[in-house]
Amino acid sequence: MDARRESEPSPMNMPRTTVERKSERELVVTRTFDGPARIVFEAWTRPELLERWWAPKSTGVSLLSCEADVRVGGTYRFVFGHDASKTMAFFGKYLEVTPHSRLVWTNEEGEGGVAVTTVTFEEKGGKTLLVLHELHPSKEALDAVIAGMEGGMSETFEQLDELLVTLGASRTWAS
Amino acid sequence: MLNRMVQYARGRLDASFAALSDATRRGVLEQLGREDASITDLAEKFHMTLTGMKKHVGVLEQAGLVITEKVGRVRTCKLGLRRLAEETAWMERYRQLWASRFDELDEVVEELKRKEKVDGRKKRE
Repeated sequence: MDARRESEPSPMNMPRTTVERKSERELVVTRTFDGPARIVFEAWTRPELLERWWAPKSTGVSLLSCEADVRVGGTYRFVFGHDASKTMAFFGKYLEVTPHSRLVWTNEEGEGGVAVTTVTFEEKGGKTLLVLHELHPSKEALDAVIAGMEGGMSETFEQLDELLVTLGASRTWAS
Repeated sequence: MLNRMVQYARGRLDASFAALSDATRRGVLEQLGREDASITDLAEKFHMTLTGMKKHVGVLEQAGLVITEKVGRVRTCKLGLRRLAEETAWMERYRQLWASRFDELDEVVEELKRKEKVDGRKKRE
């Protein structure tokens, strides 16, 4: 009987992900999950569960390997890519591991210094509010992250432009 | 968040139109499109007092069209709109990345909940 009540959909509590730049150096992501904190925490701390959601299919990039030794001082290493020839690694170590409530780790792949991610899990009425806080080493480092993604896009467009020019040129030449 | 962003964007848009209604301010934007300049440079170029130029730059800054930065005693002005738009676009892509991660995490959470329920039942039996 209880189980049925629990599984009733509640439109007022639709999951919603928010992102905010809290300051020059900070980004904050929030989301509420329909489950107790111990379960959400488990999904963040067991590598075999983590790898099931960390690289969503929609991004088109897959997680090639996912190693995480989730305990204070333990390290993690996530490797992404389309195939083994072109990969990108994210790595660092866990600074705090407080079961069911708090995780803190470093992100050491960046060039501008070490960023620190803090995730808190707050349970209320069977649901869990998750707050992910990223502290970047400097305003310049966070700006570079933002600009870097933008740079990646313009590079793609430049390549497309070049391709179009080449195609246009060869067509003119052929006709 | 999204609501706040839309409201913020709308407020900015109103402020942008107000800022662009003045010929001097349009000239200042054009000038800053060529190169960054200090308020003193701009005042000279537009034959204005420093106070007058400060007011114009203030209006442009409020609208997010110009950003200013004080280095030592000099306040440098540069175009701000592009950066703002880039940051907003990046934030939305970043939000979408987390949103799709979390949608998949929902499934993991559901599965763990079901498993816990079954295990609990087994333990009671």
